[in-house]
Amino acid sequence: MSKENNLMGWIDARFPLTKMWEDHLSKYYAPKNFNFWYFFGSLALLVLVLQIVTGIFLTMHYKPDGAMAFASVEYIMRDVDWGWLLRYMHSTGASAFFVVVYLHMFRGLMYGSYQRPRELLWLFGMLIFLALMAEAFMGYLLPWGQMSYWGAQVIISLFGAIPVIGDDITLWIRGDFVISDATLNRFFALHVIAVPLILVMLVVMHVLALHEVGSNNPDGVEIKKNKDENGIPVDGIPFHPYYSVKDIVGVVVFLILFSVVVFFMPEMNGYFLEYANFEPANPFKTPEHIAPVWYFTPFYAILRAVPDKLMGVIGMFSAIIVLFLLPWFDRGKVHSIRYRSNAFKYLLIMFCISFVALGYLGAIPATEGRTWAARLFTLGYFGYFFGLWFISKNENTKPVPERVTS
Amino acid sequence: MSSDVDNSRRRFLTAATTVVGGAGVVAVAVPFLASWNPSARAKSAGAPVEANISKLEAGQQIIVKWQGKPVWIVRRDDEALATLSKIEPELRDVMSDESIQPAYAKNEHRSIKPEYLVVVGICTHLGCSPTYRPEITADWMGGFFCPCHGSKFDFAGRVFKGVPAPTNLVIPPHKFAAENVVLIGEDGEA
Amino acid sequence: MKKSLILLAGLLIPAMSWAAGGVIFPDDDISVDWNDKQSMQRGAALFTNYCLSCHSAGYSRYNRVGADLGISDELMKENLIFTTDKYGEQTKVGSLMKTTMTVEYAEAAFGTAPPDLSLVARSRGTHWLYNYLRGFYVDETRPMGVNNGVFPAVGMPHVMADMEGLKTAKREMQDDGHGGKHEVIVGFEKISEGSMTTAEYDQAVKDLVAFLDYLAEPYKQTRQNVGTGVLIFLFFFLILTYLLKKEYWKDIH
Repeated sequence: MSKENNLMGWIDARFPLTKMWEDHLSKYYAPKNFNFWYFFGSLALLVLVLQIVTGIFLTMHYKPDGAMAFASVEYIMRDVDWGWLLRYMHSTGASAFFVVVYLHMFRGLMYGSYQRPRELLWLFGMLIFLALMAEAFMGYLLPWGQMSYWGAQVIISLFGAIPVIGDDITLWIRGDFVISDATLNRFFALHVIAVPLILVMLVVMHVLALHEVGSNNPDGVEIKKNKDENGIPVDGIPFHPYYSVKDIVGVVVFLILFSVVVFFMPEMNGYFLEYANFEPANPFKTPEHIAPVWYFTPFYAILRAVPDKLMGVIGMFSAIIVLFLLPWFDRGKVHSIRYRSNAFKYLLIMFCISFVALGYLGAIPATEGRTWAARLFTLGYFGYFFGLWFISKNENTKPVPERVTS
Repeated sequence: MSSDVDNSRRRFLTAATTVVGGAGVVAVAVPFLASWNPSARAKSAGAPVEANISKLEAGQQIIVKWQGKPVWIVRRDDEALATLSKIEPELRDVMSDESIQPAYAKNEHRSIKPEYLVVVGICTHLGCSPTYRPEITADWMGGFFCPCHGSKFDFAGRVFKGVPAPTNLVIPPHKFAAENVVLIGEDGEA
Repeated sequence: MKKSLILLAGLLIPAMSWAAGGVIFPDDDISVDWNDKQSMQRGAALFTNYCLSCHSAGYSRYNRVGADLGISDELMKENLIFTTDKYGEQTKVGSLMKTTMTVEYAEAAFGTAPPDLSLVARSRGTHWLYNYLRGFYVDETRPMGVNNGVFPAVGMPHVMADMEGLKTAKREMQDDGHGGKHEVIVGFEKISEGSMTTAEYDQAVKDLVAFLDYLAEPYKQTRQNVGTGVLIFLFFFLILTYLLKKEYWKDIH
């Protein structure tokens, strides 16, 4: 026995280190046919770590105080050594998180990764998405610019649409009659402690659930159905080293794109950092055009499309709730888009077009024509779920292979 | 696993990726660690400061803030200067060989002009700020006393024997920008 | 796969555009050359002479500007620092570039406190600034006697009138494309000469805007230089990791 083995033995008798390594990496068997779309899970994890680390270092210089917040951000950008890099990494990371998560979710839609037996996995993922939206929204208030202020004003006012208690709730959330120092302080606490804790716990549960049921794949066949004499799926390969070395390539490609934004276009033409946010918050003057950051615009467009305050809010939240219920809207047995009907493909294309179009409409000022377009695409968005429920009952699918194709 | 695996190539690529990736991680760590350095604001507060000493009377002390630290300017009278040579046997580092000061202040009175002492008011023991005790009595030859752990310094900031402080008080770089103006934080000629 | 790539492209390409603001005049383009430090130095001199008496650049430090633009502390003190600190002494070179004018005074004089200009090039953009500073015309109905073709009913006086001189606006009725007609400014006419020709004034404004652009993101050049190094490293690392992946995946059939 070498010294190392002795040490590992000593640890393993007290903590399941080797067991964890094997269960989740070296003996976690993932299907061998993962394609491009399977990079985004590990990339989301990378961005989470990036956000936590840059976030911790930003809190060392940031002042959650209505009178000092804006100046402290500029202090970070100008006076702190490398502060601009920390801040741009964090602001770009927020958008990168949503890019990666949206693509990750789209993968799930294409290959039926939410279907039985992965419903709970999908629900944990949706909870992560929800927590992420809360995290991003509260983080956006912290720079205390004009967009921070008025964006928070608008979103918090949404709760005012709730009958009877709405106004009291908005007052309670703000802790003041307008967005103020009190609001900033509580959002700061939630943004740096509470929500990140929840996010990390949900991510752990998401990964545990994944490793319990096993990964889906582009063919949507269960690799656990075909095992060799040792009980190892014949179409499975150990995550480490095969997918660890593959994911590193994905990580580097991601980092290249990420660096291009951080170092050469941190504002991303006003989509990652909005121009109006370079003016300090002014409670007496609303910017000419308020738009949420791009990752909220699809939902914002749905809100604006409905000509009633309460119904608009309900519509917006329903857009997220239907995503939660996706495993039950889809009554199909076939997972992957490869073997599903043409009707499914058309529905998914319609959904994507609607989502992107809503995102575009939510970012630009509303006109009458645009509002009608937003209504049309809202129907397209919700139509996916109901259409899916309708077509998936007796779907004209193609034969699904026994084993994965390469 | 196939048998035709080129193990040396695999080992080489693994090692190369680990080393280059490790270098990348180290490079990424630099900005994070560097963000703990004093910021431009802190450095601005640490820039040289001017002190006007035209109103400083003999025996008096004024305190100026430099880099956030107290810097004392003491105008020593003849009586105080006279004590410096008398108490030499009681001092630990008479010639300031072990202590920190600019070369132009490494002399008996530890200053550019004998009359004016410019010294950082922080005890060399554990960082408390001593108090100025100019009155000369039978058992106190005048100087500075640190209340935290009882360290004693003479009128030139030199430490006495038998107290916890190891070295003399620090003399900051300074110069006389004009007859009555001391510039602290910038070296001048003796 | 092809379809999914098209879908991905649809998700990634931000096919979005900004809503155009109102019609502005003038509406000329400007490009800022970040290597032209001399232009920025001239802009810094204009800024401290003309702007800093009312506007702050309160997130920026004099010595940072000096270090970045190649102006020594001594030159800075002699030629660019006109403000005083609370003791009435000249502001220190390490200090933030704050105006000595109080908010109360400014509100009484101009109706609104002049905004801090540290970030104005990022919130308004250089195009806007370049045209705004050349867009003042005589309008006796305004409290300051001038109006602006880019910022109608602006509260700011034409502080650089001694250089540019004064001009009046020529107006015309124009279709707005939605069936309505609006009166728009189509040109300026000089009514008094300043110390500069129009071309000289345009260059002066260009210098000032270049300085403001620098002021809004002083670390921009560092950012791009570091970024180039990072990208070179990452491309190299990509080759390495790709070879490693290829090597391991030889096992998989």
